[in-house]
Amino acid sequence: MARELIKGNEAIAEAAIRAGLHAYFGYPITPQTELLEWMSRRMPELGRAFVQAESELGAINMVYGAACAGARVMTSSSGPGVSLMMEGISYIVGTEVPAVLVDVMRGGPGLGNISPAQSDYNQIVHGGGHGDYNLIVLAPSSVQEAIDLTVECFDLAEKYRTMAVLLLDGSLGQMMEPAELPPMMPVRETFPAWAATGAVGRKPNILSSIHLNPPDQEVTNLHMLQRWQTVEANEVRVKEYYMEDARFVVVGYGSAGRVALSAVRAARAEGIPVGLLRPISLNPFPSNMISKLADRVEAFLVTEMSTGQMLEDVRLAVAHRRPVEFYGRVGGIVPFPDEILEEIRRLAKGPLTLEGHPRNRWLARMTGAN
Amino acid sequence: MQTEIIVAGFGGQGVLFAGQLLSYAAMDEGREVTWIPSYGPEMRGGTANCTVIISDEEIGSPLVKNPQAVIAMNLPSVDKYVSSVRAGGVLVVNASMAPREVERQGIIVVNVPASEIAESLGDKRMTNMVLLGALLGNLPVLPLESIEKALKAHLPARHHRLLPLNSQALQRGAEYTKQPVV
Amino acid sequence: MATIEPMLEEIVYSRPESLTDAATHYCPGCTHGVAHRLIAEVIDEMGLREKMIGVASVGCSVFAYNYLNFDWVQAPHGRAPAMATGVKRVLPDKMVMTYQGDGDMASIGMGEIVHAAARGENITVFFLNNANYGMTGGQMAPTTLPGQKTTSSPTGRDVENAGFPIRASELLSTLDGSSYIVRRSLHDAKNIRLAKKAIRMAFETQLRGLGFSMIEMLSSCPTNWGVDPNQALAWVAEKMVPYYPLGDYKISEAVKQIRI
Repeated sequence: MARELIKGNEAIAEAAIRAGLHAYFGYPITPQTELLEWMSRRMPELGRAFVQAESELGAINMVYGAACAGARVMTSSSGPGVSLMMEGISYIVGTEVPAVLVDVMRGGPGLGNISPAQSDYNQIVHGGGHGDYNLIVLAPSSVQEAIDLTVECFDLAEKYRTMAVLLLDGSLGQMMEPAELPPMMPVRETFPAWAATGAVGRKPNILSSIHLNPPDQEVTNLHMLQRWQTVEANEVRVKEYYMEDARFVVVGYGSAGRVALSAVRAARAEGIPVGLLRPISLNPFPSNMISKLADRVEAFLVTEMSTGQMLEDVRLAVAHRRPVEFYGRVGGIVPFPDEILEEIRRLAKGPLTLEGHPRNRWLARMTGAN
Repeated sequence: MQTEIIVAGFGGQGVLFAGQLLSYAAMDEGREVTWIPSYGPEMRGGTANCTVIISDEEIGSPLVKNPQAVIAMNLPSVDKYVSSVRAGGVLVVNASMAPREVERQGIIVVNVPASEIAESLGDKRMTNMVLLGALLGNLPVLPLESIEKALKAHLPARHHRLLPLNSQALQRGAEYTKQPVV
Repeated sequence: MATIEPMLEEIVYSRPESLTDAATHYCPGCTHGVAHRLIAEVIDEMGLREKMIGVASVGCSVFAYNYLNFDWVQAPHGRAPAMATGVKRVLPDKMVMTYQGDGDMASIGMGEIVHAAARGENITVFFLNNANYGMTGGQMAPTTLPGQKTTSSPTGRDVENAGFPIRASELLSTLDGSSYIVRRSLHDAKNIRLAKKAIRMAFETQLRGLGFSMIEMLSSCPTNWGVDPNQALAWVAEKMVPYYPLGDYKISEAVKQIRI
């Protein structure tokens, strides 16, 4: 199939449709609204389910219902809406039914603004909803990758019976790039044996996240954790750039990762032996890979459009063996490559320290404090 | 080899479309390309701009501080971007809307009375095409014909009667060539 | 030697197939059991058991799926109509019902129920109104009567502070999307029979694709009201019925045409 010039949000919507999406439920919020609008046009014309819900609470629980019926289902939103969805997300994971969420991040906290940000990393990767659970989280950095990972989200959610999240920022949602869409898959006509589809000739299926007896809940939680270990063992995804001989490593995902790529190229042109590690799976996080890198490289620079959320996961993996520095832009600002280039130069020039916290040093530089 | 172009102007001047057309042409030529918009919260009439990056390899940042070229379709856009054009780069100014001398050394400044040319062609909506022509006449990132091909390939069939006019507008703009800055 | 004549037995009352044989956790004198039984009888009579998907809510009826013998999903507090929407939209040929209490539906879930009704979602809602939060121990609900004492309105519901009760059937009947909305009571045999007829009509409405149906059932809660079962039934008749008049609040033209 030929490449088309497609906007990120619309590409994700069409990729989901072509992956055999049965139902979409959503609520308008900038900067993901094109996704909902695309669905509102395409799903009915294909005879598939589309509802613009009364709220994100409504949308996520419609997703929950359709997921319990065994259908391929998704929703999409941005920070403030995703916060409202946290209740349903916890129930979906607790009931062990597959579903997909697309979170197109914007500046926050609160109402914030509609400009791109990566400040929902902790909310999505480290929880947000109540209880012990993990979401599979994939972070694309181009329109093509957004398409490919959307399809993958459905497959992974169903393989591991959990929720998979496509986490991106508003700039990728608004960006147009040439990309190739997958072939159209029809809606599945059969439903999984566990689904609530009507108890024809079998015992009733009951889909619930309730385990009133604490030992039952414990067994369930341990079982879910064991399955998560399988995810960790099999589903880590990264992309590496200029890493073979790198003595310094920039770690960044999504848009921050691709901005860093420009900076790394510029630094290479100056002769600085720096590489880029772009995590694609944020959960499971490439901790082992970063841990091994810490054995052979001199220092890390983490770059994010947040005040350093993924930073903590990198620090945990590096475990104080090498200096980790941080550079972020926040509140809806996307860094320019030359800002990160300046940080790479500083990293290469030294001196570096294992003391203190990189966030504090960054904050002091940002605010001109000492 | 990477080329960055910012197109800026009022909403409704065809800013985003001009950038998309460049992107289509680059894609059809087999290049890598990104198009990213930035516009004010107003639905109509606000300032709008988009950044187009054309490259032969995987594109990193979709935004740049110092682009190689800027098309400024009005005076506020000239003021906003005049100092950010990279040395040796190109600034195409819609002189009809920005009738002021641009004070900047070390770049190619191409003043084109684009709105007037478009009106003389009989359709003011051709302003962006005149300016796109002027850009490609001074920045050899894509051949002019690639834009004409892209228009034909990606413009909905109902607009195809406008293709000859678009070609004329591109040609008229391309006549405004300046010598590169040494 | 005398022979014993075999007795001719006729079973006149048995457990519907749609009801499991589990003993319920409901308190003695609570009318949840009555409502369960009526729903199960109608589902059996209409042959819908294998088509039915229930959406349980949060409250005393959270374990409805242990007693009603068909497929169930379990919604977060108040969200059953949204979840039912999700199920019904991907399984339009199946039957979908929610079973919700007054705290669940008329308080935390008011947004979901209003919009499900406004969309004319082709589902059936059973709304059990017992004028308090039963499961959490009898707190004030949106349906608690003015002056009614609960554990969170110990001196009686003060409308100056806590506002007035919500009449959900009247409210939802104003929406063009709703098709069949009635209020019944479970406090005596006559009203129980009327409730059963209404359940039949609601399922017939859904079966024909005629849109949103809801039956509000006034119910007793002797434990939290602090009275015995008989007094509780009398309280429903004497206190609740005057505030929540029984009757048909919305019967669309299409539903009026239904002949059973």
